[in-house]
Amino acid sequence: MSIQKINHLKELESESIYAIREVAAQFERPAMLFSGGKDSIVMFHLARKAFYPAKVPFPLLHIDTGHNFSETIRFRDNLAEKYKVTMLVEYVQDTIDQQKVTEEKGIGASRNGLQTVTLLDAIEKHKIDAAMGGGRRDEEKARAKERFFSHRDAFGQWDPKNQRPELWHIYNGKKKHGEHFRVFPISNWTEMDVWQYILMESIEIPSLYFTQKLEVFQRDGVWLAKAPFMEMRENEKTEIKEARCRTIGDITCTGVTLSKAASLQDIIEEIAATRVTERGGRADDKRSESAMEDRKKNGYF
Amino acid sequence: MQLLRFTTAGSVDDGKSTLIGRLLYDSKSIFQDQLDAIEETSRRKGDGHLDLALVTDGLRAEREQGITIDVAYRYFATPQRKFIIADTPGHIQYTRNMVTGASTADLAIILVDARNGVIEQTLRHSFIASLLRIRHIVVCINKMDLVDFSQDVYNEIKNHFMEFVPKFDIQDIYFVPISALHGDNVVKKSGNTIWYNGETLLHLLENIPITYHNNMTDARFPVQYVIRPQSEEFHDFRGYAGRVEGGIFKKGDLVTVLPSGLQSTIKSISTLDGELDLAFEPQSVTISLNDDIDVSRGDMIVKSDNMPEQQQIVKAMVCWFNPMPLQQRGKYTLMHTTNTLRCMIQAIDFKMDINTLEKNYEDKNVGMNDIAHVTLQTTKPIFSDAYRKNRNTGSFVLVDEGTNETVGVGMIE
Repeated sequence: MSIQKINHLKELESESIYAIREVAAQFERPAMLFSGGKDSIVMFHLARKAFYPAKVPFPLLHIDTGHNFSETIRFRDNLAEKYKVTMLVEYVQDTIDQQKVTEEKGIGASRNGLQTVTLLDAIEKHKIDAAMGGGRRDEEKARAKERFFSHRDAFGQWDPKNQRPELWHIYNGKKKHGEHFRVFPISNWTEMDVWQYILMESIEIPSLYFTQKLEVFQRDGVWLAKAPFMEMRENEKTEIKEARCRTIGDITCTGVTLSKAASLQDIIEEIAATRVTERGGRADDKRSESAMEDRKKNGYF
Repeated sequence: MQLLRFTTAGSVDDGKSTLIGRLLYDSKSIFQDQLDAIEETSRRKGDGHLDLALVTDGLRAEREQGITIDVAYRYFATPQRKFIIADTPGHIQYTRNMVTGASTADLAIILVDARNGVIEQTLRHSFIASLLRIRHIVVCINKMDLVDFSQDVYNEIKNHFMEFVPKFDIQDIYFVPISALHGDNVVKKSGNTIWYNGETLLHLLENIPITYHNNMTDARFPVQYVIRPQSEEFHDFRGYAGRVEGGIFKKGDLVTVLPSGLQSTIKSISTLDGELDLAFEPQSVTISLNDDIDVSRGDMIVKSDNMPEQQQIVKAMVCWFNPMPLQQRGKYTLMHTTNTLRCMIQAIDFKMDINTLEKNYEDKNVGMNDIAHVTLQTTKPIFSDAYRKNRNTGSFVLVDEGTNETVGVGMIE
């Protein structure tokens, strides 16, 4: 007797639940990174599934750049309240105030890169030995080579050329004192999988993902939402457009998409037809061809 | 929609990365901004054409050296299926990466350069594919454009390959004449090979029937985590979280918990979406039992009428991954299903010459990328099946006790 394979979304779901349970079993103080974006929302949904009917046995951790869409913060706090989960928040502003990093100035300034220092500090402060992130291998070429369980040395660094081999679904989370792991439970999901899954599971997401009238301006071919702390060039003018976020991150470097997609079905159709990747609107990736690889080596997610 | 995981193997210049680039490009899975980046890089390198191999070469060192060092995972979907590609390097020193990519694959594409025919590396790749129990093999005879799309060349290579097939445990094999560079028979049927009656590569990928590898009778459930909500609503709930690694579990089934050997029946199979009547591979579920017995991580729940092997002396084929050679009498941490214990290498029985497929009983030096048959002893019994019967309960990894690195992997005999 043979059973045909189950639906690909259920197969991915099961794989992710397995990885999340391995984290809870193999580590003493894991945490799940939460950005308020769809990937971390899906990852948290999977964590709820992994431990049902018990509560999720680890806290969520938000690295707050201070440059957020206000809805993201409301969404985050509501989620923590609704599911009775501990939400740790660490602020990039604190890292700046402690003069551990210098804030970028001028046009295109972003706190995105500074998050790494805040994150590493948070990992040390809360003694986190495994930080789960919503990174996906289809996002970016350096992420295509990530493991599910990714070892970080005592400096939080990633050594892409010396990664532990990962076979079948046996995950080696052994480490020395002071080292930690980054774990990527949704490694094998694509952007489309995430959206189809949100639809299938009726997962609540911020309204920023749906079309709305936003005050936007164009820079280097990318539409950005106007925010109070963003410096603009003289020739840049804002206008009101029907737009939505395809990813939600630091507002200074998250491009918005001109779109009329008002439902999950619309979004799925739009993504199926699109010719630009999700991170095509991320100014942080455009800095150089190996921008992501370089940031990851230093401890970025 | 179903998910098909496949791996690609070929020698250094067989055009593997180009083939993957071609599959992604012709199935319209490369986005405009990725194409722009590739065009920009191709132009800077002065290639004069769009270098599709750049699609898969992710790390800076690889782009600089023009070779694939590590396993890279790629994703694409057609209306028929979703695909995960493990793109692995072909160089001999990267056998470990090919083994890694093969460990989760349902299908392997083996590339042969039409000008060179079946070479040692082709056999090595086929051997690894059969060792890792990949069900379906598609041999792509590439660079047909460089041999004038000759049917004779194709037949000669096919026949040569078929001579070796009895040496391998390969169940399902296909041959496709292609040109990855120009796209012949990759996604679209080629007018240059009218003598070829078979399907294109993509058609095969979309239509080969895929079922689970394991037979549906050997029910195996390694316990990952114990769930105890201790909430008012679920006051007495005690469940065992895990992934079904073979067979089918049904509510009411008589089960045995290993190693204690205590029996009980399945009270419920729960998920956030509600209770299930049955669960099978690869579902992650939570099982509750009708009796209050002690069960913890590393234990295995099995159907009482179908027990796995319980052994402390394990014979296995081991692929070594580390620059520090495998130590005879050496002690390692062994990770098997959700169980972690210690083991000692009792004997290196023989080493495989993966180019001639001969067994070498003299050479006991097992270094990086070597494959050897070993006998090891574990501190406690493990509950396993032969790898050829069940990939999940027949596989293990060896971890160095000092460095914590994953130094080897094994397939139980």
